[in-house]
Amino acid sequence: MTAVITDPPDTAAATRRELMTGVLQRQGAAIALVIVVAVAWFSFPRFGSLDNLRDLALQSSFLAVIALGMTFVIITGGIDLSVGSLYALGGVLAAYGSQYGFLVALALPLAVCGLIGFVNGVLVARTKMAPFIVTLASLLFARGLLLAITDEGSNTYRVPADSAFIELGRGTIGGFGYPVFIALVLCVIGAVVLRRTRFGQSVFATGGAEQSALLMGLPVARTKITVYTMSGVLSGLAGALTAAYLQSGVTVIGVGTELDAISVVVIGGTLLTGGAGTVLGTVIGVGLRNVIQNIINQIGTLDSNYQSVVSGAFLLLVVVLQRSLARTKPGR
Amino acid sequence: MLEVTDVVKEFVGVRALDGVSFAVRPGEVHALVGENGAGKSTLIKVLTGVHRPDSGEVRLRGEVVSFDRPVRAQEAGISTIYQEVNLVPLLSVAANVFLGREPKTRFGLVDWAEMNRRAAELLGGYGIDTDVKRPLGTLSVGAQQMVALVRAVSTDADVVIMDEPTSSLEPREVETLFSVVERLHEKGIAVVYVSHRMDELYRICDQVTVLRDGKLVHTGPLGDLSRIELVSMMLGRSVNDIREHGATAFGEDHQAGREPILQADNLSSGVRLSDVSVSIRPGEVVGLAGLLGSGRTETARAIVGALPLDGGTVLVGGKALKSGDVGAAMAAGVNMLAEDRKAEGIIPNLSVRENIVLAALPQLSRFGVVSRDKQDKIVDTFVKRLRIKVSNPDQLVSELSGGNQQKVLLARWLCTKPKVLLLDEPTRGIDVGAKAEVQALIDELAQEGLAVLLISSEMEELLDGADRLVVLKDGAVVGELSGDDLTQDKVLAAIAGEAP
Repeated sequence: MTAVITDPPDTAAATRRELMTGVLQRQGAAIALVIVVAVAWFSFPRFGSLDNLRDLALQSSFLAVIALGMTFVIITGGIDLSVGSLYALGGVLAAYGSQYGFLVALALPLAVCGLIGFVNGVLVARTKMAPFIVTLASLLFARGLLLAITDEGSNTYRVPADSAFIELGRGTIGGFGYPVFIALVLCVIGAVVLRRTRFGQSVFATGGAEQSALLMGLPVARTKITVYTMSGVLSGLAGALTAAYLQSGVTVIGVGTELDAISVVVIGGTLLTGGAGTVLGTVIGVGLRNVIQNIINQIGTLDSNYQSVVSGAFLLLVVVLQRSLARTKPGR
Repeated sequence: MLEVTDVVKEFVGVRALDGVSFAVRPGEVHALVGENGAGKSTLIKVLTGVHRPDSGEVRLRGEVVSFDRPVRAQEAGISTIYQEVNLVPLLSVAANVFLGREPKTRFGLVDWAEMNRRAAELLGGYGIDTDVKRPLGTLSVGAQQMVALVRAVSTDADVVIMDEPTSSLEPREVETLFSVVERLHEKGIAVVYVSHRMDELYRICDQVTVLRDGKLVHTGPLGDLSRIELVSMMLGRSVNDIREHGATAFGEDHQAGREPILQADNLSSGVRLSDVSVSIRPGEVVGLAGLLGSGRTETARAIVGALPLDGGTVLVGGKALKSGDVGAAMAAGVNMLAEDRKAEGIIPNLSVRENIVLAALPQLSRFGVVSRDKQDKIVDTFVKRLRIKVSNPDQLVSELSGGNQQKVLLARWLCTKPKVLLLDEPTRGIDVGAKAEVQALIDELAQEGLAVLLISSEMEELLDGADRLVVLKDGAVVGELSGDDLTQDKVLAAIAGEAP
């Protein structure tokens, strides 16, 4: 064993450059978040107020829970368009279930949304249908189911005022709502699962090189089914938390939420093509999106119709910024 | 140890394996040879549980087994190294070595510290010195293949199957591979070794099994066969026929024009290239020699403008090309056939027709409308001329063998009527027969006045194919050889840094 294989001299430099690029790309969203927060802090006195921060954290928590599931799905190279509908469905089911007690209010949406997610996963993994199509179908399916059980939205389920379930959405610790802590705990667990378990490695491998993962004997199909189920369960949970907070099942929420979730995941540095990504990135992405939204609200004078135009433009700006930071990436 | 009897495997209309029997004993290094399409890959896939045989038996340690998934075969002690690196480029080296069997901490979490330590130890044991935390994709292809090797042999397998493991390795890595095979042999592990390189087979294999057209042609000790006998069995041609026509298909030197059609001067790009100059005259084949990482591919990429340059000029027919503009290079008639045809050339889900005309579309269309007649004519011409084996032009490229895919790519560039063709490892990973055809084609093209830049890791191919060799080392030209100086010794001397 005399042959020693070392890297050719130029790759050391190339690697360093790639590392730097990687840092910029990964930290791009974090840097943008710091800048945006700093600007908001100094420009709008109300931004830094505890009330506003609490509000911001609460608003972010629902999206964070959904985006957490989406992060896993996107890393496997898939996409889940059904989360917005499942979010709304979860809310209505939770409000409906709350009349039968706390447990039903929580279990019903998780079970139903989880089941739909599971079906998504089975269809994607076993029949090799495109995730886009499969989850687009369940987006329509879940939205339709929602309209059916609410009589096209005319029948609003309310959470009984004495229900313990309300506490889940409205309870606070240090002024911050329970959903904030639930989302935080879930994200920490999610990060550990992604980074420190065989399942997590399998998620990366599935998205990074599916054929190779199969040949290496990894449970590719099971991994896919698991991530779609997770995404369904988490969307249902986000819906339940929202219902608990609003004390009723609102049918009109969640339209376009799948796009919000996808965009924050991608802003957070997860590759839309799969194979790479972090939960922390997604959390930062959620923060960035909601801080921008918050700033627009702070300005206040903006016609509400233009809000999404501005926030869309802002997001684009962030992505372009991120991309230009990563420009130095050398050609192979 | 591992044995198959009378295996038949049929794919829609094609009998890929027709009653093949094959057995490998512990401690044996068994060569599996045959042209592409002979059924080697299918046999391997049957052995490893990717395909299930339509009939016939697979026995491991005397017991009949039926693997429904690759993971079952792995659990049973069969591990495989594939020709194309089948690892996950975005994950770290260590993660790739241990994927699916990561060491865990007390809490059931992946123990990264332990994993990195053990991966470094394993790789170090095989003479590979690299940072195991780096993403696998940042390693050279050769180093990636070595990681795959380490992964395969570190699983305590009883049978290790290697499918053309050396096709992307450089010589010293090949040596490392051989010492690994030697070690497996000593440990009593059965090795199935697939390769097109005769030198390798005769160096490390004891037994040989020859397949042709899905049928078993011969099995027995390798030492009893001469090389020519072996090749004739693979090709189904008589020994005399091969004697007459030689092993490579290159003919005599070419009649080259006077003025260089392509003149690249002082190309520099960071640490990859420094002051590389190459010129090619019409009808000339210029070879780029050098080790992996010496700047061969980079030179070609720099010429077509796919590598950002710090300095240097490329002149085509006396006119300077705009640097960094692949489109301009193409418009000037300079085309490059990339080394990695899977990633950089072939579009697997398009038909043969579409793959061929892709680059020529601007020339075939008027007001953006593509004429189907013209397409058909061109495709027909090239399919015939390059002897591309297809059932019809609408067949998907992904269904073709490696050699035919390579010909499709050649056809793609040829139909744009180029003046200069840069070929990066044009015969890598394709079988003996197709290789000879591609080599003959390169010859023909040069005779017709095309200027060719040929990059190859195979010395034989460079020496026979090129009229002139430019030797690169660490991104710089260290020698230029032509005429009688075109010998292996002189090239090696130049690479080694001695005066040629």
